[in-house]
Amino acid sequence: MNLLRGLTVLIATAVWCLTAAADTALRGTGDLGVIIERADGSACIISTTERAILSCVDGLGDLSHASAVFSPDQRYAYIFGRDGGLTKLDLLERKIAKRVIQGGNSIGGAISDDGTLVAVSNYKPGGVKVFDATTLEQIADIPATYGSEGKLSKTVGLVDAPGRRFVFTLYDAGEIWMADFSKPGAPAITKLGTAGKLPYDALITGDGRHYIAGLFGEDGLAHVDLWAEEPVIERILDGYGKDDPAMPVYKMPHLEGWALAGDKFILPAVGHPELLALDAVTFKEAGRVKVHSQPVFAIARPDGRQVWVNFAHPKNDTVQVVDVPSLKVVHEFKPGPAVLHMEFTPRGHEVWVSVRDADRVDIYDARSFEKRGELSLRKPSGIFFAARATRTGL
Amino acid sequence: MPCRMTSLHQLLASVLMMAGLVGPAAAEDPNGARRKALHNMVVQDCGSCHGLTFKGGLGSPLLPDDLEGVDDSTIATIVLDGVPGTPMPPWRGLVSESEALWIARGLKAGVFQ
Ligand code: HEC
Repeated sequence: MNLLRGLTVLIATAVWCLTAAADTALRGTGDLGVIIERADGSACIISTTERAILSCVDGLGDLSHASAVFSPDQRYAYIFGRDGGLTKLDLLERKIAKRVIQGGNSIGGAISDDGTLVAVSNYKPGGVKVFDATTLEQIADIPATYGSEGKLSKTVGLVDAPGRRFVFTLYDAGEIWMADFSKPGAPAITKLGTAGKLPYDALITGDGRHYIAGLFGEDGLAHVDLWAEEPVIERILDGYGKDDPAMPVYKMPHLEGWALAGDKFILPAVGHPELLALDAVTFKEAGRVKVHSQPVFAIARPDGRQVWVNFAHPKNDTVQVVDVPSLKVVHEFKPGPAVLHMEFTPRGHEVWVSVRDADRVDIYDARSFEKRGELSLRKPSGIFFAARATRTGL
Repeated sequence: MPCRMTSLHQLLASVLMMAGLVGPAAAEDPNGARRKALHNMVVQDCGSCHGLTFKGGLGSPLLPDDLEGVDDSTIATIVLDGVPGTPMPPWRGLVSESEALWIARGLKAGVFQ
């Protein structure tokens, strides 16, 4: 009797393990995503339909500041680790498909519009490396050399631009470069010029037209119109903070998740508790929103009507929601200690929020703000949904 | 760091303190919940610029080897006042002077890795 029961349990467990390791049922991946457990070097595959963790995959190295991009078929996530690790994660098989250590210290990456190239932005050695998306074999190495001594600059703000191009910014050199892979052979590198002092991050708009770099060392931003025959850098919002003393920035803002609502872009200010609104046609200031503290992410709901904002240490327990047409804060709440990231479902009905020090990810209705669920994860940070595969710059 | 151990007992206590298990060694060192919060802050919030394992990021690497030969008080001053003109922010107001020294000693001893 006991033996029989034991056998049943054993078989049940074996079956469960098999199905857990790889769901044998046919399924799509459009509603899947990845959440980084930054302290454990693990990436958890989640389903937004089931609001559940499907499986956590270990062995991805140092994932502080990790981010992910997705293959066009939305089956694979490419995860960029701080320690230079580039991991190709299979969302269906729920395991690492390939992994290389491509640099010493890196800060994120991008995938080309045709899905064949994965580029990684490196602090050490400063520059960008480009890999074959299938094999992760290196295709190009672009050292970010500057100055007469040929020093290498840290690179930031690496994005994909239409036409198999990548655009990125040199933190130490203050320059913006473009690498064009549209022709076979070595990429054509164009130095677009000087952005300003200490550019810390950049974004590209969803239409692939505007590249905007934020500056830490100056009050202003750098803008490039990539539709121009010969793109040039122009400074925008110069002196936006000159009337107020700057406050210390305990976490650098991110410029991913640009918000375009009708006629405005919304971006976090640096050293000021404000969001900056930019006129999307003239690139002149179109207003400001006073917010709780130094904003980190200002992420638009996919329809662009509202922007969700989180904040730097030590005021990072709060989220505010800004109505874009009126530039007013319409909702504020405190999910818990250290809100690090927010990700909307592709059509914006729900938003997932990582609350690092509560070891939790919360799921909210993005219109009523009601909580729909929560998942427990260890020190969760970045949340990345597979639908990013279909969007330029994400 | 000069070592003035008088007994095995003290040596053990200081090893445990460095491991973050017991403490504090000096009267003004943070203890209990505050030390736990500071430890978490150093790993997570300093780590967001310096890397969770302190191998560097936008901020310089802060491993014991990198800080060898730098005084505790120099590090503490950087922590309190930041490095003007760079993203290294001043933490004065969030950490006290003795806590900054505790962080400095902890970084040099590799306690936060
Ligand atoms: C917003 C980003 C940021 C945060 C957060 C941050 N740092 Fe820094 N830190 C930097 C940068 C950038 C430098 C390099 C400054 C320079 O160029 O000299 C630096 C430099 C330092 C240095 C000097 C290192 C050297 O070798 O000269 C120390 C020590 C240091 N940071 C400690 C800390 C500690 C401790 C914390 C947390 C309490 C912290 N930092 C948080 C960005 C940051």
